[in-house]
Amino acid sequence: MKRLGWLWIPLVLLVIVLAAGWWLSQRHRQVLISPEDPAIAATLKDPGVIAKGRYLATAGDCVSCHTARGGEPYAGGRMLPTPFGGIPAPNITPDRDTGIGQWAFNDFWRAMHEGIGRNGEPLYPAFSYTSFTKVTRDDAIAIFAYLRSLPIVHQPNASLALRFPYNVRSTLTAWRAVYFKAGVYQADPSQSVSWNRGAYLVQGLGHCNECHAARGAWGGLNADTALSGGRIPEQDWYAPDLSTQANGGLQGWSRQDIIDVLKNGQASKGAAIGPMADVVAHSTQHLHDDDLQAIADYLLSLPARAAPKAVSASFDSKPLADRGSSIYVERCADCHGKDGAGVPGVYPPLDGNASVTEPTGINATRVVLLGGFPSVTAGNPRPYSMPPYAQQLSDADVAAVVTYIRQAWSNRASAVQERDVATYRHTPID
Amino acid sequence: MSTRLRWVLPFAGLLGCAVAHADQPTVPNTLQQRIAACTTCHGVHGEGSSGSGFFPRLAGKPAGYLVSQMQNFQHGLRNYAPMEYTVRLLTPDYMHEIAEYFSAQQVPYERKPVPNLAPSSLQRGEQLVTAGDPSRKIPPCQACHGKQLTGTEPSVPGLVGLPYDYISSQLGSWRTGTRASAVPDCMAEIANRLAPVDITAVSAWLASRDVPADTHPQPAGSIAPPLRCGVLQTSGGGT
Repeated sequence: MKRLGWLWIPLVLLVIVLAAGWWLSQRHRQVLISPEDPAIAATLKDPGVIAKGRYLATAGDCVSCHTARGGEPYAGGRMLPTPFGGIPAPNITPDRDTGIGQWAFNDFWRAMHEGIGRNGEPLYPAFSYTSFTKVTRDDAIAIFAYLRSLPIVHQPNASLALRFPYNVRSTLTAWRAVYFKAGVYQADPSQSVSWNRGAYLVQGLGHCNECHAARGAWGGLNADTALSGGRIPEQDWYAPDLSTQANGGLQGWSRQDIIDVLKNGQASKGAAIGPMADVVAHSTQHLHDDDLQAIADYLLSLPARAAPKAVSASFDSKPLADRGSSIYVERCADCHGKDGAGVPGVYPPLDGNASVTEPTGINATRVVLLGGFPSVTAGNPRPYSMPPYAQQLSDADVAAVVTYIRQAWSNRASAVQERDVATYRHTPID
Repeated sequence: MSTRLRWVLPFAGLLGCAVAHADQPTVPNTLQQRIAACTTCHGVHGEGSSGSGFFPRLAGKPAGYLVSQMQNFQHGLRNYAPMEYTVRLLTPDYMHEIAEYFSAQQVPYERKPVPNLAPSSLQRGEQLVTAGDPSRKIPPCQACHGKQLTGTEPSVPGLVGLPYDYISSQLGSWRTGTRASAVPDCMAEIANRLAPVDITAVSAWLASRDVPADTHPQPAGSIAPPLRCGVLQTSGGGT
């Protein structure tokens, strides 16, 4: 009995921690109506500012996360899947009870710039404040003005579906210390105006790096791997490296290719697929030409990458690729060509295509399984589509044909195995 | 036609140049070629998958119905992952064009296999289709889907020539909420009033029925829906 006497210490500590947590959470609940700075209040009503904000909100693709499937735009409700659980995107229409109707600009600024919620709580970085912190105050005012001009939708926010301990917001304090540094984009005077605009859009509102970089164990991004490609957790697509230089994911892409894929969804070097097709449809196709050129200028300057380590084949993939070769001739060559060159503007090439040769094989596998349409854009309103092969090819056949296209022509990527195909066959599509 | 041709010709010219290039494939500039993602499962003319296949016939169904189904998949009212993925990025214009294409197709129906059921079960199926079951407040299918069960313009689909597996799984989906339509969702109500054996009976009877000579949907406005239906109200069909 006596030996167990010390047990009360951790128990008491636990009670103290829980009580502190409860007190903090209650403190966060105190909702006050924030008074608006009169100068900003006038700006928020300016139609020119609202129009600018609408364009910027489109550039940031806010609507994609803040709209549930089939729901009212910006009324929230979409559950964003993360390895730690689901995080619902909130209602950002100007409803007083469930949206941002009682917010003042400074509340919005703190969220965008510092990742701090209206009640002082740290926000989960599923809201990409890690990128949005680079947005200027003037641009943030315009976006806020636009959001405040939206039709009011009363839609209560869904609750967090994070697992313990990730559902304890205070764990974010440590995360922020490691992975987050607040700061508006600082122009590089040695670069052109266009380059700086591109960098601002890519690193800030465009929040490209949130997908196009590998995340660590705690879901954070390291500055030194910016835009070098990464697997999108839960959604299971691979967002390729964006360097156009030696060993880059977009090696050999021209300025026009970058502009084409963002504007039309398709370029001579490849097409936007998976989540990027959505980004093109909702966001980049609406960008002005000078902004698209600016983005291209910036991406073209991303440095060359280290040569990939030789693929250490754990098994001899030649028989698999040989089998894939005959499936390719039978199923794929009619459209993509025996030489994998595709048909310009119609069917993307597979030779040298970043989505085919990305490190994981996820993209090629899922495209073979799902087929489908590329983005439907003003520049490509009736795109050609690809048949889904999930119903026609076995896991082994898909592994074979994907291995073949990843190793044919100039492609030198790793093989894909049957068990990988089995996994991706059942990946949720939303 | 001539104006259309004027648009197509320059592209056809471009295509000609493309063809001259090495062994590049020739790509017909047709909608049929563009919608390979649809026709792989539903057939080039929307005839549905052959054999006992699950994929439903699209040919000849009212275009309004086909558009609203694509929208329902986009909005998550109907759940079937391959369809949800395929249509997710389609614009209203493109969806209309695709729907018009399938709606205009006239292809022969193929008889699908039907499970062997007792005559009493098939009789029950026929009764539900033609007379309904007033004791359970189930209206006859014919009341909306047409006297000949070929559908009603612009938004009620025909039920003839559909595979047993497809019909029974749709009725099941309405009960489990993986298929829904605009509220008030009258088909969900009806599916929930059916007993499980009724679903088998009605699906089998419908799938075993001969297809009438004229498979065109009934004209719009030719039905008086027995229930309030969101689909019929929004599209102005049936009333």
